[in-house]
Amino acid sequence: MLEEGTYFMKGNHVIAEAAIIAGCRFFGAYPITPASPIAERMSYRLFEEGGEFIQMEDEIASMAAIIGASCAGAKSMTATSGPGVSLMLENIGLAYMMEAPVVIVDVMRGGPSTGMPTLTSQGDINQVRWGSHGDYDVIAYCPSTVQECFDLTIKAFNAAEKYRVPVFIMADQILGLMTSNVKVPRLRDIKIVDRETPMDGDDTYQPYDSSTLVPPMAIAGHGHHVLMTGLTHDERGYPATNPEGQEKLMSRLKRKIYENIDDIVELEEFMLEDAELAIVAYGSEARSVREAIKQAREKGLKVGMLRFKTIWPFPERQVNELSRRVKKIMVAEVNLGQLVHPVREYAVCEVVALTHSGGALHPPAEVLRRIEEEMK
Amino acid sequence: MKPPITVERHPRDKLLRVDRLPHIWCPGCGLGKVISAYSKAIDNSGIERNKHVVVSGIGCSGRASGYLDLDSYHTTHGRPIAFATGLKLANPELQVTVISGDGDLSTIGGNHLIHAARRNINLNVILVNNFIYGMTGGQASATTPYGAKTSTTTKGNYDHPFNLPFLMRAAGATHIARWTVLHHVQLQESIEKAFQHDGFSFVEALSPCPKGFGKKNSFRNAIDTMHYFEQRSELEENPELTQLEIDMDPKSDVIVGEFFAEEKMPYFDSKDRFFHYIGGHQA
Ligand code: SF4
Repeated sequence: MLEEGTYFMKGNHVIAEAAIIAGCRFFGAYPITPASPIAERMSYRLFEEGGEFIQMEDEIASMAAIIGASCAGAKSMTATSGPGVSLMLENIGLAYMMEAPVVIVDVMRGGPSTGMPTLTSQGDINQVRWGSHGDYDVIAYCPSTVQECFDLTIKAFNAAEKYRVPVFIMADQILGLMTSNVKVPRLRDIKIVDRETPMDGDDTYQPYDSSTLVPPMAIAGHGHHVLMTGLTHDERGYPATNPEGQEKLMSRLKRKIYENIDDIVELEEFMLEDAELAIVAYGSEARSVREAIKQAREKGLKVGMLRFKTIWPFPERQVNELSRRVKKIMVAEVNLGQLVHPVREYAVCEVVALTHSGGALHPPAEVLRRIEEEMK
Repeated sequence: MKPPITVERHPRDKLLRVDRLPHIWCPGCGLGKVISAYSKAIDNSGIERNKHVVVSGIGCSGRASGYLDLDSYHTTHGRPIAFATGLKLANPELQVTVISGDGDLSTIGGNHLIHAARRNINLNVILVNNFIYGMTGGQASATTPYGAKTSTTTKGNYDHPFNLPFLMRAAGATHIARWTVLHHVQLQESIEKAFQHDGFSFVEALSPCPKGFGKKNSFRNAIDTMHYFEQRSELEENPELTQLEIDMDPKSDVIVGEFFAEEKMPYFDSKDRFFHYIGGHQA
């Protein structure tokens, strides 16, 4: 494992190393630009750490394999880009239903379809949240710097283990391939969370006990004889495909995220104290926005940023509160308007969009021009 | 007064989730025989029961995992082999068996079937072949015989079916067997052999689906397919694999047997060789 120190590394490689420190011992993936460096790194690094790497036959298989490995007790991850997420969506629903902790790295690239494999985008924000059928929730972290590739990967594993949900790390082509300094703290100072498991031989164990939001998870081979299924199920894991069974299960699954939303959500406020215009931004795009805000401040414009380090679950309360203290919110993103919609839903002030059809970030000068226009 | 109905505990009950019975399968369905053969094989395997894990996909055969009192995983359509690959890699001590149907494993999930065989990973695949999608109402699958009538080939199937043992041999499976559910003991023994075999095992279990397949074709009653299996099954130890297609024609033979077994470096050993080469393996 990486020892304490400062390293000069690519974002994708930092995610791989952080995953190993977080306890990842199974990685299954299929090659795809621009996420492949994560698989390449894991292909030999996991060997060294006593884990298992496998290059699967496609992304559907990758997602199925990491859920299987998770059920056998391994902290598991895959890494892909938009087209791969599209193939994984059905099994992401399975992970949600089985409550198998898994981490999915999405190094976003231009879409739709093959789009622009080698250029950046933030076009998967909605896909990860809404792509699988039915009602479900995910946790999605969105790093903005190479350092956050490290910090948020650790948190992603911790959240997956704590809440037993699929967790995304939403990087993008620029961040994945960017090389920068990253500080790795002393290993004993890094907080690592492991899932709760039932005691071996506990006859009263109910795999989907509804008296608690996150029941302990039995590991294959320990004698609990669990039935885990994608079908709507009762506390024993047995199929309960009726409106009552559905209501009982779905309400617990929903509550386990929304009753813990304050524990999950992470936001950064930048120069918001006296701001009249707040820019909501995330990921690589937030770097341009930060620069533009500094320049705008020099011109005396009262503008700040609310940066989402977690995109999902959506920080409903915080956006609503923000909208009561500013005159206007502008959502800056590298897509044609995705996160702007929930912002509009929860804000009481005017919300405008700064969109980009993809392939590059907004240059700071362009963000600045829009700031000036909106504050006229 | 009517005499009370006494339900004896069946010797297989201890491997079943009896609180989930009766099962959902139709009268005359062959799936119960597959479960029975698998659970007898577990009893005889000498492998600790808690190490046996069963994984299945979607469909009538996919429900098999849910009736077995083991760690059991009922996954998505076509993906149980990929799921099982993750389970096995994360804990090689588990004895991982996939039980699912022809639609699940060889049609929607065909890619995972061939790639798991290619890797020669130590999984046991029991493919219950009833030539049809049973649960969704008898539509054609990749094993529906040429000319057979199904609810999506009402005039006869114009697609050619897979010859699964041949496909598996070409893909790299190192243990290949086929029985009908009538050959209960042989099926059970092939499953036991799969447990012992170090590598990818493929056991095809031909099974009647009177509702979805039989009554539209030449097997009007549930028992007719069983009679056919009884009368036309031919045991062959070393068959020409290219000749193993099944047409379910009452005048054709059904070739069954332990078709193929070889020792080839299994997945984990193969990987270890290169671990050492890289120099990273910490045994
Ligand atoms: S539809 Fe066919 S396969 Fe399904 S339970 Fe009925 S007989 Fe068995």
